[in-house]
Amino acid sequence: MSWASLRDLLSGVNKYSTGIGRIWVAVVFLFRLLVYVAAAENIWKYEREDFECNIKQPGCENVCFDHFFPVSHIRLWALQIIMVSTPSLLVVFHIAYRENREKHHNRKLYKSPGGIDGGLLCTYLISLILKIGFEIVFLVLFYKLYNGFKIPRLVKCDRRPCPNTVDCYISKPTEKMIFLYFLVATSCLCIVLNLSELSYLVCKYSMKCYLKRYIKKHQ
Amino acid sequence: MDWGSLHTILGGVNKHSTSIGKIWLTVLFIFRIMILVVAAERVWGDEQDDFICNTLQPGCKNVCYDHFFPISHIRLWALQLIFVSTPALLVAMHVAYRRHEKKRQFRKGDKKCEYKDIEEIRSQRFRIEGSLWWTYTSSIFFRIVFEAVFMYAFYFMYDGFRMPRLMKCNAWPCPNTVDCFVSRPTEKTVFTIFMIAVSSICILLNVAELCYLLTKFFLRRSKKAGNPKHHPNHENKETKQNEMNELISDSCQNTVIGFTS
Repeated sequence: MSWASLRDLLSGVNKYSTGIGRIWVAVVFLFRLLVYVAAAENIWKYEREDFECNIKQPGCENVCFDHFFPVSHIRLWALQIIMVSTPSLLVVFHIAYRENREKHHNRKLYKSPGGIDGGLLCTYLISLILKIGFEIVFLVLFYKLYNGFKIPRLVKCDRRPCPNTVDCYISKPTEKMIFLYFLVATSCLCIVLNLSELSYLVCKYSMKCYLKRYIKKHQ
Repeated sequence: MDWGSLHTILGGVNKHSTSIGKIWLTVLFIFRIMILVVAAERVWGDEQDDFICNTLQPGCKNVCYDHFFPISHIRLWALQLIFVSTPALLVAMHVAYRRHEKKRQFRKGDKKCEYKDIEEIRSQRFRIEGSLWWTYTSSIFFRIVFEAVFMYAFYFMYDGFRMPRLMKCNAWPCPNTVDCFVSRPTEKTVFTIFMIAVSSICILLNVAELCYLLTKFFLRRSKKAGNPKHHPNHENKETKQNEMNELISDSCQNTVIGFTS
């Protein structure tokens, strides 16, 4: 089980997405997943070993690291990518359910099982809303946990068993900050894409409904 | 998810590229991505562990390392390769859109549609003309811009392309000016110069491809203006040349796949 499974899952979803949905999948693959695997993972690889405090007191470094990094940035990043990709499964399940139904009844029940209409439209819209929700939740989590998106070079720690206030130094803070900003930028881009897709679908189907009603009225 | 997936995505674009575009893609995969994965990552693997400062002051090494390497070479190259590969996706999306339209025409039973079945549409190779020409040309332009921006970023951040052996650091909490030593500076310099050289070759290839496309465009326009009749023989020649180029690039790709797997 690895990122390749997520990639295969998203490739499957791609088939039933709108044009904007496909751009979203491409952005998630290239600018989030690939950057995570090829670059970001290595930056945070030795974050614990290279976290250094100006003290020899055993346990002080451990306690301070745990206090300042309750959940590591890189783990939050990975969770975010997974959570944001998962709502697309709702659409896949719904389409599979439609195809099963058609097979069971042995006749054509839908215009096209993958076509975004009726119940599938609701599922698709719900998945978009969930994606936007998860993105915002994770961005807020990042902001609240780490007091903004900055990573300081030095943090002052006075948790027990550190005897006094102790200077602790974080490794590669600038590089981590650059990639954190990159993460925030791509998240915002994905939120914008999802919002555009949502508005596009809502407008398209409202127009369709309105036209149908208008034609019926005049017949 | 790794560079192999990027290779799969870009391999699809290869079919619709010009010959120069296919050479560019081969250079990208063999001389940049493969070198990055197989060699460069190992050279920079121990960069912070073996960055040694002549002081016992805790925190001094961390701060000095962060001061001299705001973003590591290897990460900058990875970002450069991702950004430079992305414009090709514009072409892939445009081709997919065209295929989708043709399939729709075919399903509606449009008489204008000249394809016999869906498989033919799927394997159809589109010529670079009309709106696809504009998409393709824009993608090359963006590639050149990204390459140039990243090369400048390298030059600006590291004051040139040499990796010094010794750096003097006096950032707090280092008590005085402290000597810090970089690990494997010569090997890193060699690889940096190699990557910059290959970037420059890629820029030249992109510029050549851009000029080729522009020349072809203007020649076609002047021919159309001068002689509006259709020339089937000339088109057949071009199609055969493109098929040969495809065979050459496919055999190159198979070699690349063999290496990366």
